[in-house]
Amino acid sequence: MRNLRLIARLDIKGPHLIKGVHLEGLRKIAGAPEDWARRYAEAGMDEILYMDIVASLYDRFSLSDLVRKTVDNVFIPVTVGGGLRTLEHVRQALQSGADKVAVNTAAIRRPEFIEEIASEFGQQVLMVSVEAKRQPNGGYLCFTDNGREHTGREVLDWVQEAVERGAGEVLVTSIDQEGTQRGFDLELAEKVTQGVDRPVIISGGFGQLDHLDAVIERADVDAVAFAHVLHYERVAPAAIRERAASLGRMVREV
Amino acid sequence: MSKRVTVVDYGIGNLLSVCRALIHEGGDVTLSGDPEVIRQADHLVVPGVGAFGQCTLELASRHLREPVLEFIQTGRPTLGICVGMQMMFDIGEEFGEHQGLGVFPGRVVAIDPRKADGGRRKIPHIGWNRLQVPAGRAWEGTMLAPVQPGESVYFVHSFSARCERPEDVLATVDYEGYEVVAAVGRDNVMGTQFHPEKSGDVGLRIVRQFLSL
Repeated sequence: MRNLRLIARLDIKGPHLIKGVHLEGLRKIAGAPEDWARRYAEAGMDEILYMDIVASLYDRFSLSDLVRKTVDNVFIPVTVGGGLRTLEHVRQALQSGADKVAVNTAAIRRPEFIEEIASEFGQQVLMVSVEAKRQPNGGYLCFTDNGREHTGREVLDWVQEAVERGAGEVLVTSIDQEGTQRGFDLELAEKVTQGVDRPVIISGGFGQLDHLDAVIERADVDAVAFAHVLHYERVAPAAIRERAASLGRMVREV
Repeated sequence: MSKRVTVVDYGIGNLLSVCRALIHEGGDVTLSGDPEVIRQADHLVVPGVGAFGQCTLELASRHLREPVLEFIQTGRPTLGICVGMQMMFDIGEEFGEHQGLGVFPGRVVAIDPRKADGGRRKIPHIGWNRLQVPAGRAWEGTMLAPVQPGESVYFVHSFSARCERPEDVLATVDYEGYEVVAAVGRDNVMGTQFHPEKSGDVGLRIVRQFLSL
């Protein structure tokens, strides 16, 4: 049975865990992010994904301290993204205890960055993050800086290039669905999973358990990211695991 | 009294998580690339991420190959994690052939990306998978003693060990029809292809058991 990884996505702004809609309209969520991460790990989520959602606006990587605090008590994989622009940033992230880094803006601006990370630290540390927005003609374009900046790159074309250059995983976030709780963008999930032979994580839109059925039936996703429903305690990790198992995907026992 | 554990630092990867897990389970942990600190340890952990060749090269260039082998010969518990386990084999085939430490006879080969049915098997193998006991093997008295067959641990790798001596295989997992050697063990030397430090409670139990050996 194929494993489905359930990823708790925590968007971070300054010291806060936040949640928005379409990657905008941010709302603070009370409590230290590392405490949420620990709670999710203990409840059976499989990985933690931290995204500094304002970092790339300021060209900074600022999550080292958070990662360091997190790995004191969290013993599942931790990925960190947002504002990683140089190999030194990546090294900092890994030395703080992150297992992987998620890179979007810097990679799309300078694709060689992918090769540089892969050859210095190995492909397994590199998650290429794509923010996809559906176009009126049905295609998908890549955005950066949380959906603010248009890149003109077509999603499939870019993820294929990213994989060729050494991305170990692909995280694809639907800007249209993100924060809406209306379900994943199934067509996007299908396109990307069929287009690359690397693990694909789909993010943005989960609101209820049926949405998991829909995405698993339509696309061969390797992992699914959850944010809203976890932070607002709308759906319990145990219920998500149970549903994934009932859909024929292996999940870890807790 | 807590056990003195040395985690071998040879400039590779995220060592913090390994150290934190050992500390969490009561180890007195030193991260070091000093042969003397390796010699004085009660337990030795050899981590490793990235490519086999680069890891063996870094280990050798820091003159740590012999100290690790000498430590193993003293009979004290030694644990290799991920590429740290792979390095304990004779040969690694990642980016050309590279000499390993030769503690376990066998080779480390690429996971076959083709399934028996012609479908593709995604590489790397990333995610959780269920530990199985090979026929004729038991986990009593090993680092896996506190684990139940079927419990899941976390993997991230593209290469996998092929043991010449089946009795060295302590646990396997099934990655879509491909048998992955998940753990090896002989006497005081053991290795995990998975990351116990990233495998939640199951992983911590394994770490605790290792420290109790």
